[in-house]
Amino acid sequence: MIDNLLNITLLAFLAITAFAIIRIRNLFAVIMLFGIYSLLSAGLFVVLDAADVAFTEAAVGAGISTVLMLATLALTKNHEEKPPAHRPWLPMIVVLVTGAALVYGTVDIPSFSDSEAPAHKHVAPRYIEEGFKETGVPNLVTAVLASYRGFDTLGEVTVIFTAGIGVLLLLGRRRGRKRGDEDNNET
Amino acid sequence: MDFIFGHYNYWIVIILMMAGFYTVISRGNLIKKITGLNIFQTSVFLLYISIGNVEGGTTPIIAEGVEQYSNPLPHVLILTAIVVGVATTALGLALVVRIREEYGTIEEEDIHKQDESL
Repeated sequence: MIDNLLNITLLAFLAITAFAIIRIRNLFAVIMLFGIYSLLSAGLFVVLDAADVAFTEAAVGAGISTVLMLATLALTKNHEEKPPAHRPWLPMIVVLVTGAALVYGTVDIPSFSDSEAPAHKHVAPRYIEEGFKETGVPNLVTAVLASYRGFDTLGEVTVIFTAGIGVLLLLGRRRGRKRGDEDNNET
Repeated sequence: MDFIFGHYNYWIVIILMMAGFYTVISRGNLIKKITGLNIFQTSVFLLYISIGNVEGGTTPIIAEGVEQYSNPLPHVLILTAIVVGVATTALGLALVVRIREEYGTIEEEDIHKQDESL
């Protein structure tokens, strides 16, 4: 009961925060609200029994993402978004139509926390019953992440590596060229 | 009533998803666009975790006296997605910084104007 109450309240807070992010034009406030949004969703993950996801979201989503965005704000020195030149009717229509189609799609989804849903009938029972015996790790999420789906995690590391190289190439080039410019000025 | 409570999570997820989508397509500021992209992304995480929840289940850590666990598979997929999401956000923000250096602005309209005048 208390879980359901928390679930409903946190989801309502998330929706309010998302609308505030759309409305507010001060970018610093937007980034802070985004941090709050991530933290709220981390709280919601705890309520929904996903402790591992919750602390990853709190550390990575609310922590690192917010810091990265603040760093970008400091580098771009742009603190206020320009007001839109005209009322964006077309995006609004696109969003409403897409949303309506998605809501129509949810009618056939099994109810929330239904233990008979197809999602819980495929490989999950095997992980839960055999996971501890086969891997010796009591935390099933860790067991699946590192053992059963280890290649997924390897792929994840590849993506992060690629993104890291991308960031270094984009931002490192600038420093190199600036140094080059300074050299030219000196000579 | 059961139907509303059984689908409330999915509907809020769709509202959040559309809020993020709207921010991405209607706002010209690039930092705001990336915030919208992140809202969209987190809403997908919520969808998966909501689907993984089981009535009367607990966190999927083996303990004595626990009969019902939540589905661990969506949790694993979303753990991966969160970390990949931050990597892509970092790349997007690096692009914003580069664009600001080249164009002196991060407003989409101003960038288009400069491109046209070239």
